[in-house]
Amino acid sequence: MITVKNLKKTFGDNMVLNNINETINKGEKVVVIGPSGSGKSTFLRCLNLLEEPTEGEIWFEDKNITDKNANINQIRQKMGMVFQQFNLFPHLSVLENITLAPVQLGIMTKADAKDKAMELLNRIGLTEKADSYPNKLSGGQKQRIAIIRALAMNPDVMLFDEPTSALDPEMVGEVLDLMASLAEEGMTMVVVTHEMRFAKKVATRVLFMDEGKIVEQNTPDEFFDNPKHPRLQEFLSKIL
Amino acid sequence: MYLSGSWINGFFSAIADWAKGIYMSFYNAIVPDQRYLSYLQGLKITLLISFFAIILGILIGVLVAVFKVTATNYKMKWLSSICNVYINVIRGTPLMVQLLIIYNLIFTSRNSNEIIIGSVCFGINSGAYVAEIIRAGIESIDNGQMEAGRSLGMSYIQTMRKIILPQAVRNILPALGNEFIVLIKETSVASVIAVTDLTKAAQYIGSRTWDILPPLIIAALCYLVIVMGLSKLMSVFERRLARSDYS
Repeated sequence: MITVKNLKKTFGDNMVLNNINETINKGEKVVVIGPSGSGKSTFLRCLNLLEEPTEGEIWFEDKNITDKNANINQIRQKMGMVFQQFNLFPHLSVLENITLAPVQLGIMTKADAKDKAMELLNRIGLTEKADSYPNKLSGGQKQRIAIIRALAMNPDVMLFDEPTSALDPEMVGEVLDLMASLAEEGMTMVVVTHEMRFAKKVATRVLFMDEGKIVEQNTPDEFFDNPKHPRLQEFLSKIL
Repeated sequence: MYLSGSWINGFFSAIADWAKGIYMSFYNAIVPDQRYLSYLQGLKITLLISFFAIILGILIGVLVAVFKVTATNYKMKWLSSICNVYINVIRGTPLMVQLLIIYNLIFTSRNSNEIIIGSVCFGINSGAYVAEIIRAGIESIDNGQMEAGRSLGMSYIQTMRKIILPQAVRNILPALGNEFIVLIKETSVASVIAVTDLTKAAQYIGSRTWDILPPLIIAALCYLVIVMGLSKLMSVFERRLARSDYS
């Protein structure tokens, strides 16, 4: 579904991604972990071109999205993204947050978008918040609404950029539960996170990144129980 | 007793004379020859120049701000350089000098319309400040908002219109109001290019009556009333903005 070829990204002299080759297949739940500064967020943000790759190609559903002529707006409609800082639109109600993009892009009529939004809100049990504004919500509620806002576009893949890092510990669970239930439904997911339990439980594959490279990848069981690369062993010994 | 009484009488009559003198000089500055009409005429010119200058300033300002923001987004260095030159030149030179240069550069024909001259000069000047206010307002919105909009597949322009600008307006409006107050007051400089605005009208009357202070004080009061009215209007506006559902 997503193929990354020789991806390089530099900020000035700083090489953040160093020649990454990776394929993510339909239905996979790929969790990316690594120390801070290892380039995992940049890698994720390159996948939908929020960061422009310095070199290399990214293919999504048989289209080269790094091509100059690619219609990036159309491609992004199929790649949902969830941010660490939620990035809900504070001037719009919860309902408008969810329906804005589908209506603006002419994918759904206003009525259809509203039905879809209410259905999604019902799923996360927040229908009564439809007319509230984001500043009236808890962090966990915000992030769950950010997730269904992305889902309202019917994406083929969901990218999560440290979705629980800005949350109070007691709210992490509700967000991870929603992500796990998405995974169960077969959504293709790429998740950058520090939640190792989530990685163990949900991932089909775990990538370890360090200094702009994917150093090791494996199934979660092998990855956590039998790490091979010394850098990964050191990393896991510190956090587990 | 007698002495002190005459002193008090003298004091009061001196005050009465003084008050009468002030009354007469203000009377002379307003009533004879229908001088009040000159103030009204000058006030009209001041308001017209301010109004058209504000409109022109907003037009130029929005345009330059949009150019600058797009230039950063699409990496068009030349465009942002042009905008920067304009903003730096306008902000880095005195208004009166700009006024004289523009007046002698563009409006060399002496019978051109004074309202147009004033409006164009002040509009070009105000445009630079408005541009900076709008740009700062747009840039004050967290970058994550743009990313969120783009990640949903909306174009740069759609995101700008639906997400960034509605939020930026709350930061822009109060600063814009201040800029307009400054602009209205600065139109008093227009007298140097032979525009008979409120200040110039006051000066004319002063030269007639040989008493410059009363007309100037009257002009000052006019400015004060306009500016206070405008700030009142703005604070009503801001309160309404602050009362909207999100904060």
